[in-house]
Amino acid sequence: MMTRKKIFEKIIEAVIYASGTATTIVVLLIVFFLFREGLGLFRQAPMQKTYTVAVHPQNPVRQLSIDQLKAIFSKKEKNWKTFGGKDQSIETFSSEDIEKHLKGQDLGEAFSKLKGLVTTYAQNKENLVVVMPKKFMPNKFVPIPTEHMSIGAFFGGKEWRPTSEPIHSFGVLPIIAGTLLVCFGALLFAIPTAIIAAIYLVEIANKKVRNIINPFIELLAGIPSVIYGFFGLVVIVPFIQKTFALDMGETALAGSIILGIISLPTIITISEDAIRSVPRELKEASFALGANHLQTIFKVIVPYALSGIVSAAILGVGRTVGETMAVLMVTGNAAQMPSSFLDSVRVITSTVAAELGETAQGGIHYRALFMLACVLFILTFWFNLLAEWIVAKKTQK
Amino acid sequence: MSQSKQQKQTIVFTTFMVITVLVSAISIGVFFYIFFNGISVLSWGFFTGVPENGMTEGGIFPAIMGTLILIVGSGLVAFPMGILAGIFMNEYAHQNWFKKFVRLMTNNLAGIPSIVFGLFGMAFFVNGLGFGVSILSGCLTLGVLILPIIIRTTEESLKFIPDDYRLASYALGASKWQTIWRVILPAALPNIVTGVILAIGRVAGETAAILFTVAAYFLPKMPTSIYDETMALPYHLYVISTSGTDIEKARPYADGTALTLLMLVFGLNLLANWYRKRLNKKIKV
Amino acid sequence: MSSQNSLSDQNLSLDETAKNMTSEAKIITRNLDFFYGDFQALKNINTQIDAHTVTALIGPSGCGKSTYLRVLNRMNDLIEGAKVKGEVLIDGQNIYDKKLDINELRKNVGMVFQKPTPFPKSIFENVAYGLRVNGMTENIKERVEKSLQQAALWNEVKDHLKKSALGLSGGQQQRLCIARTIAIQPDIILMDEPTSALDPISASQIEDLIMELKERFTIIIVTHNMQQARRVSDKTAFFYLGDLEEYDETPKIFESPASEKTQNYIRGKFG
Ligand SMILES: Nc1ncnc2c1ncn2[C@@H]1O[C@H](COP(=O)(O)OP(=O)(O)O)[C@@H](O)[C@H]1O
Ligand SMILES: [Mg+2]
Repeated sequence: MMTRKKIFEKIIEAVIYASGTATTIVVLLIVFFLFREGLGLFRQAPMQKTYTVAVHPQNPVRQLSIDQLKAIFSKKEKNWKTFGGKDQSIETFSSEDIEKHLKGQDLGEAFSKLKGLVTTYAQNKENLVVVMPKKFMPNKFVPIPTEHMSIGAFFGGKEWRPTSEPIHSFGVLPIIAGTLLVCFGALLFAIPTAIIAAIYLVEIANKKVRNIINPFIELLAGIPSVIYGFFGLVVIVPFIQKTFALDMGETALAGSIILGIISLPTIITISEDAIRSVPRELKEASFALGANHLQTIFKVIVPYALSGIVSAAILGVGRTVGETMAVLMVTGNAAQMPSSFLDSVRVITSTVAAELGETAQGGIHYRALFMLACVLFILTFWFNLLAEWIVAKKTQK
Repeated sequence: MSQSKQQKQTIVFTTFMVITVLVSAISIGVFFYIFFNGISVLSWGFFTGVPENGMTEGGIFPAIMGTLILIVGSGLVAFPMGILAGIFMNEYAHQNWFKKFVRLMTNNLAGIPSIVFGLFGMAFFVNGLGFGVSILSGCLTLGVLILPIIIRTTEESLKFIPDDYRLASYALGASKWQTIWRVILPAALPNIVTGVILAIGRVAGETAAILFTVAAYFLPKMPTSIYDETMALPYHLYVISTSGTDIEKARPYADGTALTLLMLVFGLNLLANWYRKRLNKKIKV
Repeated sequence: MSSQNSLSDQNLSLDETAKNMTSEAKIITRNLDFFYGDFQALKNINTQIDAHTVTALIGPSGCGKSTYLRVLNRMNDLIEGAKVKGEVLIDGQNIYDKKLDINELRKNVGMVFQKPTPFPKSIFENVAYGLRVNGMTENIKERVEKSLQQAALWNEVKDHLKKSALGLSGGQQQRLCIARTIAIQPDIILMDEPTSALDPISASQIEDLIMELKERFTIIIVTHNMQQARRVSDKTAFFYLGDLEEYDETPKIFESPASEKTQNYIRGKFG
């Protein structure tokens, strides 16, 4: 009897300990899967998986970097001499050109005749560079080994064109810039507003007022982001469009306004906690020296609660950077370098949300989006750690 | 001197009050805007019908059902594990590096953006475990997402139970688990329930995490197994307001959907608040 | 009950004689009642405190010493539901008068708390704080230096005025708080168990300081340490459950207290 009870206790204990590790395991799993998919980006060439690059056997060029290929196919480079070849103009041929040069009905069932046709078309063109599936490659053409997507091209690239053919561009700079712009705009008004509201609610308002206002702050926190997105779309976007006489109201500004609103309750509640934790004696000591309430707030309470307020702001940053649906719905999602708040922009989260549905699992585009999610994960993880560290450091003192 | 000191204070405090009132006004504004636009659309048929005419009119029954299914499913995933983990944190874990580490991980999990959960769900549940885009994958993803909320509220609720309860129970010869199961949990349950309701509210409004794990664009018939996709209210709102066949025409339909979602989430919040208030009263008496 | 009443009547008449004698009354409380909501923490307190004296407040925990002290600089105003009845006069002026500038009052009535309360600022800025908030911005450096000297802290901190005050020891922090208080030149200094959180050596330093400050300030100090009360004070007030049980010259209180309760308390403390 006694032992059975003990065994049962042991089993329960084991289950509870196991559950205790659940979050840790989940975080580890998230890290593992995110990075496994994401890091695969740098083990592929930024083009379709089955494609190869090849040149005419008479062409002495045997090496072309991704950037050189991009330059060639965007017609920026026009002569083989630049790449150490003969002085002849470059002609390109990729799967997009098939229709242009070869008639649809000649291709045969399931492109059975394609390889033959391409070969005929290409065999005498010494200046031709071809990018297409290996199995359709013209006979005798020499494949050129393609580089993998580089880390530099991802983090330093100024173009995000995941579907441009034949070479894709996965440069995140415009997306990072868009994210920074939208979040900066949001926090510019959200942080001061939230801190002021927190000060008001804790220090100035009496209990009655506090009890009236608190539910509204809770409501603000409870509204789902897709509702904010919808509200932004039907109210703020048209308003911006009219006010600034734009073609399109979906702008960084709209994103900033909505994101600012969304981050308000986070910053308010955490700042409130920080301000509330200021010891009463410290406040009283200030009053005892003849300071009035305003002076006490700005010279004693805020400095004392500063670490908590800063960590509230950091968590607010994390909240804005990670917010997806609302931004997706109101910023227009143009993957370009923004030049003002009235430009349409695209942020990390909305890029992932908008594009992942259209990608092939395991493909380069899929992996690039996972890599973006990794960046997002690292950013928010880091913000959380930072916020916690700031508070922990303070309590140690 | 002192006069202007007081004047300055009055000015600043008034400004602060105005700003705070404006902040509250935002939530009132959003709420009433959605409310007054959507209220005329709501009808019995709207709740029980299926979308029609390329999702520009009709009802939202499949989306409502989908959201309810996701709530129940993610609850089944997260509640047992979350509550057990909360018990672990407050009753079993010793004050050591491991507890600190677990707390750190829980906090961090809470801070991860929901789109990242969506991608994780896609890589792990949908593709990795081969569950496909399905209710199963969606519920697992959402369950993981609300896990930290459940853990935290459980832990907080348990903290409130005075140690006397535990000691009294031990003194009667009860084992640790018996004490927790018979004494501590029942006492903490009401508070835990509040947290659970809030977590449900989170699931009801969550979009990014279900985008790639469960949400169907248009699926008027009811799912028949956990391997089916399903529509869901928030995703449905997103679709009809951004990428429907005729967005202008679908506006009233979208207004109604937005209000339904808002009422669901708001109702859950009210419920949690009401429950908490009732509890506090009970404890005081 | 009736004996208590007659006792406070006695006090009242004693005070009146005192007033006639010295006519130096700095603080007078008349029929002072104090309430935290419904709870009455002070009952009909009548006191007169003369300028340039040290008054010790003694009595068991919760008897209302701090409450009395905080009535004098209206610190209790911060507590929701707190109510004052009766009169509190400082220099003949009712400090609960609606027209009174509360910040001016507090500038005039300094306060030192049980736990040292340095602000999260530099040592210099801590002392300068009171000067700045009161607009006394001329000669800040000199005033800070002088206050630190008066608080017997100057020699220890003069080389690191810019360092955070939080790095000082408990005793140093308390002397810093005293320096901060005297920097704005109040008339009265209230001290609520200023040494009870300190080690004996720091405590005796503060005691010495109090003796010196007596020359220029009127000091009221709450203490649980009977020897301390005896050493530093001229008069002693014994509070019991919100009543002012006995209030007299310190030697009298300690050698031949009129009330049995006073005697028991002092004995208990001694024994
Ligand atoms: N903020 C407050 N609210 C309600 N009651 C209080 C408050 N502060 C003190 N009291 C009560 O008033 C009485 C006197 O307190 P206090 O003046 O602090 O006593 P002492 O300083 O002599 O120990 C005590 O019974 C205490 O519980
Ligand atoms: Mg006290």
